[in-house]
Amino acid sequence: MTNTAFGSAEPAVLVLEDGTRFEGAAYGKTGTTLGEVVFTTGMSGYQETLTDPSYAGQIVVMTAPHIGITGVNKTDMESDRIWVSGYVVRDPSRRVSNFRSEGTLDDNLVEDDVVGISGIDTRALTRHIRSAGSMRGGIFSGADYSSDAEALVAAVNAGEQMAGLSLSATVSTTENYTLPATTERIGSIAVLDLGVKRATLGYLADQGFDVIVVPQNITPDGLLALKTDAFFFSNGPGDPAAASGQVEVLRAGLRAGLPYFGICFGNQLLGRALGFDTYKLPFGHRGINQPVLDKATGKVEITSQNHGFAVDLPIEGSHESPEGFGKVEVSHYSLNDNVVEGLRCLDIPAFSVQYHPESAAGPHDAHYLFARFREVVLAGKGESK
Amino acid sequence: MPKRDDINSVLVIGSGPIVIGQACEFDYSGTQACRVLRAEGIRVILVNSNPATIMTDPDFADATYVEPITPEVIESIIAKERPDAILPTLGGQTALNAAIQLDELGILEKYNVELIGAKIEAIQKGEDRQLFKELVIEAGADVARSHIAHTVEDAIEYAKDLGYPLVVRPSFTMGGLGSGFAYTEEELIRITTDGLQSSPTTEVLLEESILGWKEYELELMRDGSDNTVVVCSIENVDPVGVHTGDSITVAPALTLTDREYQRMRDIGIDIIRSVGVDTGGCNVQFAIDPSNGRIIVIEMNPRVSRSSALASKATGFPIAKIAAKLAIGYRLDEIPNDITKVTPASFEPTLDYVVVKVPRFAFEKFPAADATLTTTMKSVGEAMAIGRNYTTALQKALRSLEKRGSSFHWGTETRSAEELLTVSATPTDGRIVTLQQALRAGATVEQAFEATGMDPWFIDQIALINDVADFVAGADELTESVLAQAKDHGFSDAQIAELRGLTEAEVRGIRHGFGLRPVFKTVDTCAGEFPALTPYHYSSYDFETEVAPSDRKKVVILGSGPNRIGQGVEFDYSCVHSSFALHDAGFETIMINCNPETVSTDYDTSDRLYFEPLTLEDVLEVIHAESQSGELVGVVVQLGGQTALGLAQGLKDAGVPILGTTPENIDLAEQRGEFARILDEGGLLAPRNGIAHNVEEAIEVAENIGYPVLVRPSFVLGGRGMEIVYSTDAVRDYFVRQEGQALIGPDHPLLVDRFLDDAIEIDVDALYDGNRLYIGGVMEHLEEAGIHSGDSCCTLPPVTLGRAQIDRVREATEAIAKGVGVRGLLNVQFAISAGILYVLEANPRASRTVPFVSKALGIPLAKAASLLMVGKTIDELVEEGMLPEVDGSRVPLDSPVAVKEAVLPFKRFRTKEGKVVDSLLGPEMRSTGEVMGIDRDFPRAFAKSQAAASSAIPLSGTVFVSVTDEDKRAIVLPALRLQELGYELLATEGTAEILVRNGIQARTVRKHSEGSVDGDPTIVDLINARKIDVVINTPSGSSARADGYEIRAATVAADKPLFTTIAELSAAVSSIEAIRNGFEVRSLQDYAIDRAERLAASAPASA
Repeated sequence: MTNTAFGSAEPAVLVLEDGTRFEGAAYGKTGTTLGEVVFTTGMSGYQETLTDPSYAGQIVVMTAPHIGITGVNKTDMESDRIWVSGYVVRDPSRRVSNFRSEGTLDDNLVEDDVVGISGIDTRALTRHIRSAGSMRGGIFSGADYSSDAEALVAAVNAGEQMAGLSLSATVSTTENYTLPATTERIGSIAVLDLGVKRATLGYLADQGFDVIVVPQNITPDGLLALKTDAFFFSNGPGDPAAASGQVEVLRAGLRAGLPYFGICFGNQLLGRALGFDTYKLPFGHRGINQPVLDKATGKVEITSQNHGFAVDLPIEGSHESPEGFGKVEVSHYSLNDNVVEGLRCLDIPAFSVQYHPESAAGPHDAHYLFARFREVVLAGKGESK
Repeated sequence: MPKRDDINSVLVIGSGPIVIGQACEFDYSGTQACRVLRAEGIRVILVNSNPATIMTDPDFADATYVEPITPEVIESIIAKERPDAILPTLGGQTALNAAIQLDELGILEKYNVELIGAKIEAIQKGEDRQLFKELVIEAGADVARSHIAHTVEDAIEYAKDLGYPLVVRPSFTMGGLGSGFAYTEEELIRITTDGLQSSPTTEVLLEESILGWKEYELELMRDGSDNTVVVCSIENVDPVGVHTGDSITVAPALTLTDREYQRMRDIGIDIIRSVGVDTGGCNVQFAIDPSNGRIIVIEMNPRVSRSSALASKATGFPIAKIAAKLAIGYRLDEIPNDITKVTPASFEPTLDYVVVKVPRFAFEKFPAADATLTTTMKSVGEAMAIGRNYTTALQKALRSLEKRGSSFHWGTETRSAEELLTVSATPTDGRIVTLQQALRAGATVEQAFEATGMDPWFIDQIALINDVADFVAGADELTESVLAQAKDHGFSDAQIAELRGLTEAEVRGIRHGFGLRPVFKTVDTCAGEFPALTPYHYSSYDFETEVAPSDRKKVVILGSGPNRIGQGVEFDYSCVHSSFALHDAGFETIMINCNPETVSTDYDTSDRLYFEPLTLEDVLEVIHAESQSGELVGVVVQLGGQTALGLAQGLKDAGVPILGTTPENIDLAEQRGEFARILDEGGLLAPRNGIAHNVEEAIEVAENIGYPVLVRPSFVLGGRGMEIVYSTDAVRDYFVRQEGQALIGPDHPLLVDRFLDDAIEIDVDALYDGNRLYIGGVMEHLEEAGIHSGDSCCTLPPVTLGRAQIDRVREATEAIAKGVGVRGLLNVQFAISAGILYVLEANPRASRTVPFVSKALGIPLAKAASLLMVGKTIDELVEEGMLPEVDGSRVPLDSPVAVKEAVLPFKRFRTKEGKVVDSLLGPEMRSTGEVMGIDRDFPRAFAKSQAAASSAIPLSGTVFVSVTDEDKRAIVLPALRLQELGYELLATEGTAEILVRNGIQARTVRKHSEGSVDGDPTIVDLINARKIDVVINTPSGSSARADGYEIRAATVAADKPLFTTIAELSAAVSSIEAIRNGFEVRSLQDYAIDRAERLAASAPASA
């Protein structure tokens, strides 16, 4: 718990690809980082956000001003490390207070080599991204801070574009591993790790699945060889259009009649596997207050979301899969902007949602989806018997 | 589900007078509800006895009943109006209790009227502690261990199980009334006895102590399709043990991880479902053990609450408005978010700023009261501030309190860290400043946590503020960077000036020299994710401003800040009216205020809203921001009470145009010499008087003009520091007591007036445009001069003044208006003593009675005043029909009479020994609110006012009489009448003697000081035993009043009617007949029709 003397911070600057600059103080590791600048509006759960692999390649702006108050602990980590490529906050906490805290966020950021910036007008930055769209940016502190302004903009523009980028290999496991069912076992499920969160694995195991987590580069034959009762594609970073290998694996599973459940990236890939397109949203949905309508029940769920891409499909009516998987409908959509938030296949046992029912962080309104999937798997088994 | 088509008319129940625990937040919620329902094409019928509210404006409902909120009256309204439904969830506990009574009496069934917003069963589940506890446990959550007691004996038995300390909470009371911590059996007996008394079901809950835990609230909304959202989380900075209304609170909750927060959210949603709040808002309170995270549910309110108002202002999500829409059938996702317009209300607001609320107390008005904060709410108001971080929000909130010493300071502090920590261990008003001083004096965060139980993070934020202060004080130079850092932690120019040994103006000059000014951000419900279309702003020393340019003519209206005794909802009423009138006249209206309870801080009220402290610095910055475009016509300062008025000169000196009466002329009325000249010129008399700057001068003046004298500090509202003084010793005593409160000084002299005994006091509200005087109303006080006008009962029109007297009052008012140079409103107080009219004081500003006059006579004074300020004339306003042709000084004989009665908070305040504080009225105002009774004559109107104030005289029973010698003549007639009406009379020896000699059978009863002998009880014993139904006790002027105090304290504690003046008693006696016959009800709209008809009838035939 550091009580650094007031007014002694090192300077840092955030530079956007359009040349906009925000001067602030260095936070976390000192140095340079590049990435796509996105904002998230959740007021709680910074640790879950930071350790969510979906944020790989992104500089994350927290709209909530105070970050770090509850410190960090092992339980709230959604993966082994912090994945964001940069972190932007207004008021980092200089003191930690929580009975579960095991350390400070500052130390955690430094340990995981995350370059950040604090003390900037995060609302102005958010509004800029909201109107201009997500864009590339860089945080520069230490020696690079003093570089020529044009040089910094050039450095940012030399960085990678999120559109067309595949990041699955960066975040995925390279080896299979298994988590046993934590309740009465009903079968096994293969989870394609595209950046999966621990909460998701936990909820699947709670539904009675032995969870076999497999790397993102598994082949269609590799998946089928596992002989699981169901399969699942996780959330993860990158452009779904750049994931053709995984789309092929998904199609193989569907053709084999395996029940499928997907979250986030797994929803976009189901869309592509069925033969629909995906597109990049202007600035994405990132927060834990996003209203989604479940068309089947007419009920509203407050959901946790983190996506920059979406499936391109009209929210009304049912649509024929160009890839021959039968009829498909949009099961959920965003009440804020009518973006597709869930797909349901009417002729095969497959559904997915664009938001995060595992909700770490976020409200628990959509937990029921895990149970719903269990029912789908059980119903399929009943039929085959 | 869209809007129901079977609801065409709705009766909305308001919350009655402002009392501690139930203030103008319910005016805000009720006003929103009325607006929404009318916009949906529903006929709105409203009942509320509080004339100071905006909701009771005839424009907000189709039928407005300013009538007592009693089941009988509501039944009459239902019978007359036959509403399809009743909406009881927006009028606080008062409305909810009324709904329960209507149900129990079978009235709902009889008239086939449906309760919407909450069902009786749900109300009971939420309020009945045992039912609620079971339901929480069923929902898988935890509660504090507890027992229900119906007798004191039970309570003592249960305490053995729970251990001390334990919490006592009476069922079905509001604002935590009657609840408290018992550390010993003695305390348990006392609190339980009172608690059983204040609970309508004679029931208290005894609970395991969770003192020192973290406390949280969630504001939830649910629609008829079971969609539930959390609108706002609120964290109490003061841990469990201090009522949430008395705590410093922050939104959103800051010290929880997502896991803990979501667990709380899950529990909240389970509770709102199992309680069965079918639609609308609900508030759930939690305690969390800081050492292990155990969550306990404390309680829930199945209605819109004080916290919902705060949550609405904190998030921009209008809970009451949405609740009203849900009640008539809409679903959350069918209602658009007002602020973004494009997204639905079925979401959870997210904040990119921090909101801090701080309570405002009035202990200075009740010197005998124990100022320790407990689970019984004692604050009378609150201020809210918004900042981009906690330090800023906290510092802004503290300076919004406008109270000396409420802000952090770095002056001399002689106490040691240990002493300061010991003091801050007890929660009191101002504890946070003591804590800041303790940290300054070297206390560690850990020590401060041990002492207060506040979360270490909150304490460290205070340490951070101290560090910034050190940095500012120690900087070589006041550079832009140093200033910017101080500003980012909410330091005011005044604080920086203190740290640097400069003046506030110098700091401001340096700061402006650097071009360092705040920007203004927007409260948008979504942290910038969507564009906000509602200009609801707060300041921040950040980078980008969001104030949209406009080319319109602008008027800034200064609100009245936190509610306090003497400055409450009445001033908000005037500010809101001003905003409406000026908007309609084509101006862009800009409201600045910091009180989250009010209608003025609803983003719907003005064209632009700035939620900012009302200090010169903060107001100047808003004005600067708004001066960047359009044309600033001026600032309205005369409607926001002393708060706004106090800023007038500073604004003018900074070159800001002031609308209406100039600051110099406002000053004239307060400057004794100048004012005397104006009176001389008008041929008017004032009581003999003088001014004093210190005790010696005061004694000299007093001895010169003769005792008794009325002393009064200048530039105060609500009679702060005002007393009647009978001797030189008393003058000395007065100065000792006022020391350190900065009421009297070189610029603020003490005014000393000869006190007029037995005078009739008259209050006048008037308009003046420089040419023509327009009287709003002439009000006659029931009590003699000497009781603050805010605490006295008054009648409009006057009922004992002659034509000639009223004419004289009118002429005098005109002379003063002209002499002072009033443009806008003027309030003058007169006294008639021995047939002579004296001018007591004149205030060129909106008074507390403006809304009362407007409701009673249908004259929109505040609206008219605002238009006068921007250049209209009274002639024009009469011509345009805004003002009636005939002003308020001539009220036709067949017009109704309106009576205003004050509501006093004595019951809330206890001495350290646990006794109720004294309930005597005096020149210092102590009432928190008011009610109005309106009917065809004075006795009927008076009876209604008493019923509305819950002080109605019972229709039979035992009356105790004890009066001073001066009153013995006057008591005879009312006592005789009481006997004729069948009451039994008891009296102390002296009074009984007089009564018996006058043929009244009065039994003698022992005085308290005589003690009970051989089982012969004293009067206090009888009152405590609930054997007395009415108490009449008039205090003698200056002598020891111990006996009287014991009697009054017992009466207040027993909740029985208490009369301390013969005037009030006589009125009550004359009204008994009216009560016996039952009340007739009539809406303000019908009264307006009557007025119009009278006018038409009296108009010349040729017209």
